[in-house]
Amino acid sequence: MKPRPFDYARPDTVEEALALLAEYGDEARVLAGGQSLVPMLNLRLIEPGVLIDISRLAALDVIRDLGDTIEIGAAVTQNTLMAWPQLKQKLPLVAAALPFVGHFQTRNKGTVCGSIAHADPSSELPLALAVLGGTVVLRSKRGERVLAAEAFQQDMLTTARAPDELIVAARFPVVEGKGVAFDEVARRHGDFAIVAVAAIADGRGAALLGVGGMAGRPLVRAIDGNDGAAIPAWAEELEGYEDLHATAALRRDLLCNLGLAVVAEAIRCAA
Amino acid sequence: MRRVNKNERVRIALTLNGRKLSAEAEPRMLLCDFIRHALGATGTHVGCEHGICGSCTVLIDGVAGRSCLTLAIQAEGRDIRTVESLAAPDGALNPLQQAFRNNHALQCGFCTPGILMSFTDYLARNPHPSEGEIREVLSGHLCRCTGYAGIVRAVEEVASSSAPARAGEGDHP
Repeated sequence: MKPRPFDYARPDTVEEALALLAEYGDEARVLAGGQSLVPMLNLRLIEPGVLIDISRLAALDVIRDLGDTIEIGAAVTQNTLMAWPQLKQKLPLVAAALPFVGHFQTRNKGTVCGSIAHADPSSELPLALAVLGGTVVLRSKRGERVLAAEAFQQDMLTTARAPDELIVAARFPVVEGKGVAFDEVARRHGDFAIVAVAAIADGRGAALLGVGGMAGRPLVRAIDGNDGAAIPAWAEELEGYEDLHATAALRRDLLCNLGLAVVAEAIRCAA
Repeated sequence: MRRVNKNERVRIALTLNGRKLSAEAEPRMLLCDFIRHALGATGTHVGCEHGICGSCTVLIDGVAGRSCLTLAIQAEGRDIRTVESLAAPDGALNPLQQAFRNNHALQCGFCTPGILMSFTDYLARNPHPSEGEIREVLSGHLCRCTGYAGIVRAVEEVASSSAPARAGEGDHP
């Protein structure tokens, strides 16, 4: 299908983008890579009054090493980050998650911050941001605020972004001296995950395990890697949900099996 | 700042296969429709119109992307390459196309233009991919004739030939 009509604005500066957002409020949608937004437009799931195209804003097309965090600007594509020479060293969990994000062709256009803004419950980059304890930088004419991942993503496709705010960057903490691992199950490689898991652990077994696809947003819990009952107990507690792709019971099984495997792999990597 | 109202038709100029062209479009016009209907280059095929099937894949400034997930106005001023750019002016197939012919890598041919453009980009970055890497890139395309084995063989043939970079020749000046 084709999108319904909308106004189009391509600001030349971040300030112009913020002025447009203040003018249009929730009538506006921000367009960066368009790999989630344009399908929704084509399927007429959304009918925005105006699209604000930030994809050419050079000020947002920047990867910054801030020392303890890496800041990814809102126009940085997933493949640009994947090709960043320091990715594996600085952000090994993101490096492990990115190959699961869509396909080569969609990663060429899709942005890191766009994935986070879209807030699909089983999406890989929001999960990685949550497990790492990262933050989202929001700017508006009123000022700037930095929200923790867990405060930013509230529920399925729902975030704390105010209508006049622009996500200008996401900040991923650099993890040192720990092991990481990522895995997921999808019907087809590159499709939305049914369940995705990410783990960070030290060599003694203290782990953080994150899961996507069990609730409306990614969830993170501290897990003792030496306690085999911890993950099954968490899965029972979360319950999961049923949809076209999987039953709640399958989701719990996937969390148990994938969760155990990624925690063990993260501990192995740390040792 | 570029601002266009919803029912306003504006002239959009871009480079298509080395030629500077322009036509009018509303903001909501997709790049795939602009290429086919406004510019008349019908080599690019449109399947699902929501980014899943990959048949509309073109090069935008040398990078493979879905033309159904790109607005025509977003491509303003960009360099667009479609399947029409691959063969020589006399119709001689380029090495990637020839390998597709050699390996029966197409049956109905609907998905082929997108797959050729994806691998034109990918082989320019990684001229000697493994079979796994080829399949990974191919996972972004659907072939309903189920011709994947032939497509993988075709790309492997190009990748193992003595001049693998020729797959992208002429597309990355």
